[in-house]
Parts: sequence; C-alpha cells; structure tokens
Amino acid sequence: MSTPVQGAVGPATGQNSAATEPAAPTRRGTELLLLGFAAFVVSAALMLVEANQEQQLTLRIVWYGLAFLGLFAVAHVAVRKFAPYADPLILPCVALLNGLGLVMIYRIDLAMTEKALRAGREINNDVPKQILWTTVALALFLAVLIVIKDHRTLTKYSYTFGLVGLFLLALPAVLPSFIAPTINGAKIWLKVGPFSLQPGEFAKILLLVFFAAFLVSKRDLFMAAGRRVLGVDLPRARDLGPVVFAWAVSLGVLVFQKDLGTSLLFFGTILVMLYVATERAVWVVLGLTLFVGGAIIAYNLFTHVQQRVANWFDPLATYADAGGGYQIAQALFGLGTGGIGGTGLGAGRPELVPLANTDFIAAAIGEELGFIGLAALLLVYTVLALRGMRSALAVRDTFGKLLGGGLSFLLIMQVFVVVGGVTKLIPMTGITAPFLSYGGSSLLANYVLIALLLRISDAARRPQTGARPRPVPQAPIAEAHTVMVQRPQVERPE
Amino acid sequence: MNTPLRRVGLAMLGMIILLLANATYIQIIKADDYREDPRNQRVLLEEYSRQRGKILAKGANNQVMLATVLPTNDRLRYLRQYTAGPTFAPVTGYYSVRYGAGGLERAEDEILNGSDDRLFVRRLSDLITGRDPRGGNIELTINPDAQTAAYDAMAKAGFAGSVVALNPKTGEILAMVSTPSYDPNTLSAHDGIAQEKAWKEYNADKRKPMLNRAISETYAPGSTFKLVVAAAALEDGKSKDDQVTSTDRLQVGGSELRNYNRGFCNGTPDGVTMEVALSLSCNTAFAQLAGDLGPQKIAEQAAEFGIGENDLVVPMKVEQSCLGPSASCMTVADKAALMQTGIGQRDVRLTPLQNAQIVATIANGGERMRPQLVKSILAPDLSEISRLDTDSLGRAMSRDAAGQLRDMMVASEAKTGGDGKREGLTIASKTGTAETGNDPKNTPPFAWYVAFAPADDPKVAVAVVVESQDVAATGGKLSAAIGRATMIAALGGG
Repeated sequence: MSTPVQGAVGPATGQNSAATEPAAPTRRGTELLLLGFAAFVVSAALMLVEANQEQQLTLRIVWYGLAFLGLFAVAHVAVRKFAPYADPLILPCVALLNGLGLVMIYRIDLAMTEKALRAGREINNDVPKQILWTTVALALFLAVLIVIKDHRTLTKYSYTFGLVGLFLLALPAVLPSFIAPTINGAKIWLKVGPFSLQPGEFAKILLLVFFAAFLVSKRDLFMAAGRRVLGVDLPRARDLGPVVFAWAVSLGVLVFQKDLGTSLLFFGTILVMLYVATERAVWVVLGLTLFVGGAIIAYNLFTHVQQRVANWFDPLATYADAGGGYQIAQALFGLGTGGIGGTGLGAGRPELVPLANTDFIAAAIGEELGFIGLAALLLVYTVLALRGMRSALAVRDTFGKLLGGGLSFLLIMQVFVVVGGVTKLIPMTGITAPFLSYGGSSLLANYVLIALLLRISDAARRPQTGARPRPVPQAPIAEAHTVMVQRPQVERPE
Repeated sequence: MNTPLRRVGLAMLGMIILLLANATYIQIIKADDYREDPRNQRVLLEEYSRQRGKILAKGANNQVMLATVLPTNDRLRYLRQYTAGPTFAPVTGYYSVRYGAGGLERAEDEILNGSDDRLFVRRLSDLITGRDPRGGNIELTINPDAQTAAYDAMAKAGFAGSVVALNPKTGEILAMVSTPSYDPNTLSAHDGIAQEKAWKEYNADKRKPMLNRAISETYAPGSTFKLVVAAAALEDGKSKDDQVTSTDRLQVGGSELRNYNRGFCNGTPDGVTMEVALSLSCNTAFAQLAGDLGPQKIAEQAAEFGIGENDLVVPMKVEQSCLGPSASCMTVADKAALMQTGIGQRDVRLTPLQNAQIVATIANGGERMRPQLVKSILAPDLSEISRLDTDSLGRAMSRDAAGQLRDMMVASEAKTGGDGKREGLTIASKTGTAETGNDPKNTPPFAWYVAFAPADDPKVAVAVVVESQDVAATGGKLSAAIGRATMIAALGGG
C-alpha cells in the first residue's frame, strides 16, 4: 500500500515547489491500484474459463497472464511520466475491457479448435494475434502520449488530418479487390500479407480531430444567426457546409463500401460535435432529418439494407433465409440461455454464434456472464466515456472540449451500435466492440482515442504554473462554473 | 460550451440505459422463449455433455452393461459406448449428437440424462457437493443370454426378421432382436464425419438395419393367426375334440382356398378334430371356422389379445397391429375377407411383439400381461428408484380354453420339424408361412414360429419371424430352430 502514497506525492511536490497552494494529487496510485484490480478480475476470468473447459494450467496461460500484466505496467509507467495528471479511471477501464476481451477470444478459440478437431480441420487461434495487436496498440498509445505533449498542437495539422482521414476512408473502395477484398458484404479491408486492416477505423479519429479544429476556428460563423422562422434560428445556407459534408461522406461510405456501422458512427459523432460547438439543437434536428432521409433512400436502394431491417424486425422469421436472421437469432438464443446469471465463463456455447469473437462478442459475454455481466460491462464503458466527458468539461480550451466530447461520444456510440445490434435494439450494422472484439485496426484506433482522452484529462487536471495561457475567447461564466466544480480551492477573479 | 456537453453526457447515459433496458427484456423477460426455441441447440448440447446413465441387463449369473459412458478429453466429455452393439441395438437404440436419440435412449431420455423429477433430490445434493449432475441408470428385463442366442442364430443364418421373447407370467421382454442390425457405437462416435457416414449408410441400406422389426414393423401372421381363431372357437363353447371340416378346397369370394399340401386335411374327407386341424395347420378348417364364428367374435378375440391397440409403449411406441387395412384397423370387409383373415392372410398384420403376446397370453392361462422392457430405474449410485409393476391387461380367454389350446400347440410342435428340439422339454408351438406381395407364389414368404415352454409351467414365450429369401420356405424349417434356441437360452440351458 505504499505505492499510492508515493505516487500521489512524488510528482506533485516536484512540480509545484514554488506554489503556495496545496499540490493537486496526480492519482497515479489510484490508477495502479485499479489496474491491479483489473488484472485480478481478468486472471479470475481466465481461471474460470480454464476450470470450466477442463484445461490444464499450461505454460501458455501463464504467458498470457504475464503478457497482460506487463503490457499495462508499461502503459502505467508511461502515463505516470508523460501525463501525470490524467484521469486515473480511464486506463484501468480500458485494461479491464481489453483483458476480458482477450479471455473471451481465448475461450472462443478453445471452442473453435475443438470444433475444427472434430471436423478434422486445423484452424489458427486468434488470441496470440490479438495479444500482438494489443502490444502494437499500446506502443501506438505510448507514441501518441509522447509525441503529442499538448493536444492543442493538433489544431495546427487539422487540414492534413482531414485529408488523410478522407483518403484512408476512401482507400478500400477505390483499390482493386485483390488488396481490398469484400468481406461479409463490406469493402472496408486492406489485406497485407496475413494481416488485414480497416483504414476506416483510423479515418474516424483523424476526421474527428479535423472537425473539432475546424468547428473551433469557424465557431463564430456558425453562431451567427440566419433567418428566424417560427421562432427558430435557422443557420445560413452556406454554413450548412460541414453538416452536408458529413452527410455526404457517410452516405458515400454506405454506398461504396456498404458499411452501415461506420456510416452511422461517423454521422452521429459529427452531428454531436456540431451541436456542442454551436450550442444549437437545430443542428441535431436538421441532422436527424437528413439521416432519416438518407436511411429511407438507402432502404429503398439496397437489398442488403432491407435484409438487415427484416432481420432486425424478426430474426426468427428470416432464420433460414440466406443472409437472414440466423446470426442474430443465435445471439438471442445465447443471451436467453444465459439469462440473469449466465452459464458461467467457459460453460456456454458462444461459438454457435457466427463471428462470436468480433461483432458478436457482446452476445458471448451476455451468454456466459448473463445479464449481470453484460450490464457490468456496459457500466465499465459508461464510466470510461463519462470520465472522458468529465475531462472535456474540465479542460479549459474549446478545442479540447470539443475533441474530448467527440471522442467520448464516439466510444459510447460504438458500444450502442454494436451492442444494440447484437441485442436486437437496432438493426445489426457490423462494427466491433471497442477493446473487446478481436481485430487489430479497431484496437489500434481505440487506443489512439484513449491516448488523446488521457492527454485532454491531463491538461484538465494539471495545476497551472507560470504564465497562464493566453485567454481563450469563450463564455466566461461557463468556464468559471467548470473550475468551481473541479477545483474549489482556486478562486478566479473574474 | 459546457451545457451542450452535459446534455451529450446525458444522452450517452440515455443510450446505455436503453441498452440495459433492452438487455433486461431479452435476457430476463423473453429468456425462456429463446432458451426453449427448438432451434437453440444449447440446452441439448449441455445434456450431451452430462454423464449419461447406464443401460444394463442381468442374466442368470452375469450382469451385462449394454450402454455405458467413457470419459473423453473433448468438449462432449463423455462417449456413449455399447456392448455388443448390433445385438442389443433394437433395445438400447442409439444416442447421437447430430441425429438425436432412438430406441430406449430416446424413450427414457429424461432418466438417462438426469433431468427426470424422480432424480431431483439427488441432483440437488449433487449441486451442493459440487459433483456434475449424472443421469440415472436403467436395468432392463432383457435376458442377455436369450437375446444373444436369438441374435446370433438370426445373424449366422443371414436372416432378416425379428425374435421377441416374453415372460408370460410377468410380461417382461426377455429378448427383442431385429436383423439385420446396426452398430449404435458408430452413431455415438464424437467424430462428426464418421457419424454422418454411418448414418447415411444405414439409411441408404435397402435392408433397413435401423428399423426395429420387433415393434415397428407388421407382418402377415399366416397360420400362426389360427391360434386366435382357435381361441375364439374355444371361447365360443367348442372343444379341441370337436369336429371341423377337412375339405381340400373352399370357395372364398372369387377364388379357391386350399390346404398347404393341396389335399384333404389329415388325408380324410370326413372331418377332423380341431386339435388335428391345428397341428396339421389345415387352411380350409380354420377359414371355415372363422367364417362360421363371424367377424364380431374374431375381432373381439383379436382385441382381447391386444390387436388394434394403438397406445402400447414398452416404453418405445409399439406399432398398431390390425385385422383390416390401416384405415379401418379392426373391421374385416366381408365374409371372404374374414375367411382369409382366419388363416392369417389378406389384410391382417401383426408386429412380432403382438404375436409373442398372443402365445404368452395362452401360456399364462389366458391372462394377458403388459409387455415391459424396463425392470428398474436406478439412481446414479445404483440405489433403486422404481421397479417394474406387473400389469394385467385383462383375460383374453378362460383358463380351461387356454389349457386346451396349449394341448393343441403341443400336438402341433410334435408335427413340426427343424433343429433344436431338446429332450425333456415340452414345447407348445405353432408355425406359419405367410404369403406376401401381389404374386405370392413367386415371392418368398414370412416364416413364423410362435411357441412357449415348458408347456406345463411356461416360463418363456417366443415369436420368430423371418423374411425369407427362399420361395419354398416354411415356418418350421427356418424359424423353429431359432425359436427353440432362444427359449432354451432363456430357460438357462445355453
């Protein structure tokens, strides 16, 4: 128990030696403690799988466990060094989700190996690859933390990010299919040797950074009222540019790549950022109208959209159809069989659901850990996103607020789209569950997202030393209010 | 900018709450629907991985495990194994992951898989002590020696057909053989490909190895049906010494009915006693007798023997035996049909079990006992849960009439050739050779032998039917030896 105390005091005293005010705790000790807790939960989960699958404790398992602990210890040290005031809950939440994801992928590997063995085939296990991806993702996480010392520097390259993002998004659609094959009806992958990448995952974040910077720089333009109709301030026609752009891009993704999930995610997030930047609900209404219009057009144009909607409406009715509700029905069977308490980790049959370790990993968790486990998982996501949102509220610059809010919303939006799809709340659109699902691109992109959130939260909680940053032209009352909540000991003269 | 951020935060919470509410609906409210959906294999697979109960049978001085489980290292955990698979297959049935279960495995599935209510208390204690739930065991009434003797005799001769042996006093089924048979071990194999290959082979085989001829196939009884006519006549007040016609030909409808040897019965035109007519199996005498008794009395007597019963389970469902065509099971069309029925031709069809019941009833002094296959149900620890109750199904004929019929059958046995007679063992029997097909003179007949022994204190009754390949075959030659061997084995004389 000595570690938290040291962690809390050490860096703070070093930085604030000149200041008379009490040092703000870095809370790194809390983070380490919570990481330890996450490691404990993940190890317990792995042991349950082992027990229920009657596997012997082989060296392989020890290796998995150590790899997990080691990786996050490195991440923790890096945060301690490069973002000492970052929110202490974010990294443990991610570690817990990533660890449970690895356990689940390993567990499904066991089932698939068994199945393949009985059919006389051989398959490659996914979990070693996922551990490799986790390592690469954490390296990328470190790189982002080290390179980006201040998130505001990102605004300098916003147009570059925007262009690169668009390029990545469009890449699979324009490349020939031997390098960009169509998998499960969507043309969003790039195949390089044994690895496949989804450049769209990175494009999401790049475009989000671009939009945050763009909206901040042009914010006053959007704030300016257009015509007033029926008591509502309509934006001027030329200011509709960004929202129309977002709409066009997401529709393009839908049409050329047949990727409903990314399209939905992209559009929803941009809309929310527009709303946060302008503080006008009318953007949301306008955006939703465009979305509904686009959805109706897509429904009428594309049979695969119609099929998805039919599968959503009644997966049991289209159970036997080609491309029908078999997968969702199997997920529902799994969730129903799991019930409240679940079958127990390793004691269910999650492998009966196709794509159990990627898009449908939430169904596997709902089956084996039950409603309780699924609810706990959703709450971990909620804590993660709300901590991100809290950092966005607390950070002082508008870009940070917009980016933090956008990233947090993107995270929850992903969870909503994939878990909602699996549990038949909304039509299934085929995206991965952040940190849980098997898949390198999603993992890498989400670790970048987390690195940025940590950077913003570090800026939000870092005590201000020396000259204050140049005053930011934004609503002072809202600013003061935030600081009151966050740090009551600092009295602001304004 | 903080107000819209807070609202977005609330919206994020709202999305999670929607997901939680939906998960509650799927996993708690609708859980049972999904769990019990017939397309959900999970519950079934869970049963397959339980330690299934044994099926066993006790011989005179040995106990044979007919079906056991072998622990395996794969996901199904237990491999079902059958001792002398083909011999006992009509009794045990099969247990296949892919194709479900058949025979007793299906009929007593709840006991064997441990879900039966009678095992509940034990399951509860298993839960507390942490042992895996195990299935209950089933002890059969089968006499392994008789079953083996009957199967070996049939299989060695390459006959297709069936042997059923009953204990006339209790209704216990001592042997239930069907040939050609199949090996249930091939269907319970965990190798999916081997399983599929065996299943397809058995089902494609024209000799129908998976058909349980003893209870699921009906045959024209031929001359063995004369026992039913004789019983009806005795019950009607006749005695075995009463004179019946010995004519060499009888006009029936548009055709002529003749004796087997084409001459007079016993070589005399002056009439013979019923006993002589039965022992020589004279067709004209019993056709005339049936015609004289009328459809009412024949149908009543047949029903008292169990013909027409459609709800008999042993516990496998027994096919209905009928006098008439299946649409009107117990009605005989006209007098011509009645006379033909009297010698076991036309539409009358009996299962081998039904024919065995008829001789067993005669052997038991006219009282018919319910045929049963399960002697006792045992808990996993082999303590007895329930035991067979002998169940009288009513009196088919008076004790005196049954005694006279026994004497007639003893006389018949004296006239029957074939191997396997044993010094000092008095057998009462009747043979039959049933014509089949549209061209009976050129189609191999069914050769029957029904009997019980010892005649004065019957301990075993048997029915043998052989779907012969030989156009000139008669019951005596083919079936009698098998019937005798079965009875001698059942009496403990190997």
